[in-house]
Amino acid sequence: MRDKNGISRRNFLKGLGAGSAAMLLPARDVAAAPKSGEELCTLLDLSKCIACGECVSACREVNESKFPEPKKPYPEMYPTSRVKVEDWSERRDVDDHLTPYNWLYIQSAEVDFGGQTHEINIPRRCLHCRNAPCANLCPWGAAGKQKNGIVRINEDVCLGGAKCRTVCPWHIPQRQTGVGLYLRLMPGFAGNGVMYKCDRCYNLINQGELPACIEACPEDVQTIGPRSEIVAKAHELAKKNNWFIYGEEENGGTNTIYLSPVPFELLNEVVDKGIGRPGFSAVEDSMADEEKLAYAVGIAPFAGIAAGVIKAGKFLASAGGRKND
Amino acid sequence: MTNPLFTRIFKLNIFIMALTGVAQMPIFKRYYIADIPGLGWLNDFYLTNKIHYIFGTVLLFMTLYLLTVFALGGKQYFKLTSSGMLRAVLYLIVIATGALRVVKNLHSVTFDPFTVMVIDWTHLGFAMLLGVAAMFAFFKGRKPYLEGLPGFRR
Ligand code: SF4
Ligand code: SF4
Ligand code: SF4
Repeated sequence: MRDKNGISRRNFLKGLGAGSAAMLLPARDVAAAPKSGEELCTLLDLSKCIACGECVSACREVNESKFPEPKKPYPEMYPTSRVKVEDWSERRDVDDHLTPYNWLYIQSAEVDFGGQTHEINIPRRCLHCRNAPCANLCPWGAAGKQKNGIVRINEDVCLGGAKCRTVCPWHIPQRQTGVGLYLRLMPGFAGNGVMYKCDRCYNLINQGELPACIEACPEDVQTIGPRSEIVAKAHELAKKNNWFIYGEEENGGTNTIYLSPVPFELLNEVVDKGIGRPGFSAVEDSMADEEKLAYAVGIAPFAGIAAGVIKAGKFLASAGGRKND
Repeated sequence: MTNPLFTRIFKLNIFIMALTGVAQMPIFKRYYIADIPGLGWLNDFYLTNKIHYIFGTVLLFMTLYLLTVFALGGKQYFKLTSSGMLRAVLYLIVIATGALRVVKNLHSVTFDPFTVMVIDWTHLGFAMLLGVAAMFAFFKGRKPYLEGLPGFRR
């Protein structure tokens, strides 16, 4: 077992050494954040990441008990021509993209910028969107956003239809066939397993501890804290160093803020993209139209009542008239 | 109380709500329905969700209109039949949970995940019950919603 408090203290002291109060966000601040009513946010300073992979290993180790344990053979799913088994249970050690057994991986890129070649390493995982479409559009209530900003998929409820992956701008959640609730319903005709992604180590956060990837990082790449503080810190560093920010506005705002010495458009051009390998494209707010339509939805009942009052008045008048005949 | 045009629009609206509602589950692609020429849009979750919102707006307007007319003027002239009452209650539950889903999708609103799950299951469950009721009515013959005065039936 790792001595969490010890490591926390080490980070704590490092923070003091750095001489920056806002960078110093020990575990107790993490626990305090939800009480202050603010969402938790992370800052990833990409200038620091050396791609050592400690965070990836820590994530896998700490979250192993949450990983799927499917039993074979998997029930046949119809129509077989369309519904494919997605099985990662025998490729658990894949760590160069997101899988149900790998919720975090390191993306690397070489970018020429400002007359220099930069080697940038990027920890990639769910960004924990503030108005997460994966959670909003899940038809089954399996994906949800907590008040502390963590977006989670409930593995006991998820049916594995993968709609969350489709509607996520970065296609983050990954599917494992052969586990979950669908097996107990109509496994042949609906569902296909459970979707998995970073859950921001919600259980550790609930205990006032740091997520494993943050705790394990020897370079202190990540910082976590209340969103307003993290955003302020990001802007301060970006201004000081002429760095670039990603995640503050993307998809209507996420609780993961990347800071990079090179523009994200350049990173987006060179990073490997594909299944389980998100890019850095400009992402508009996925739920912006729904936000506008909600006004119409809000007004409709009152308009209906008003129209009803007018109609009832006329109807009563004519009914009264008929009685008098 | 209502005219045939109102009824027709209401029915068309319910059809679109049912179609775009079912389209929120990832099944139209699985069962090749979205492969039928002209039906590809059924596989666009964002598009069908927006259509669901738009027609939901119309449905809310029509429902509140009917309720108001019924509450203010109809009560003394009409009585809901028991099957009409049942279907009206089903509709109201589906509409109310749908409205809650719109609220929870707002940027400034976060319900806790368990509440969201209860809302989603209720919305889906009662919409399915409505489907069953509609099927029942279709095969067993339509029952009127209202016991009303002649000339004021739907
Ligand atoms: S990044 Fe994707 S999976 Fe993560 S919260 Fe946002 S929409 Fe959901
Ligand atoms: S927060 Fe936890 S679950 Fe998410 S990537 Fe880090 S270690 Fe993995
Ligand atoms: S542990 Fe830190 S330095 Fe190492 S790969 Fe992860 S984020 Fe980068």
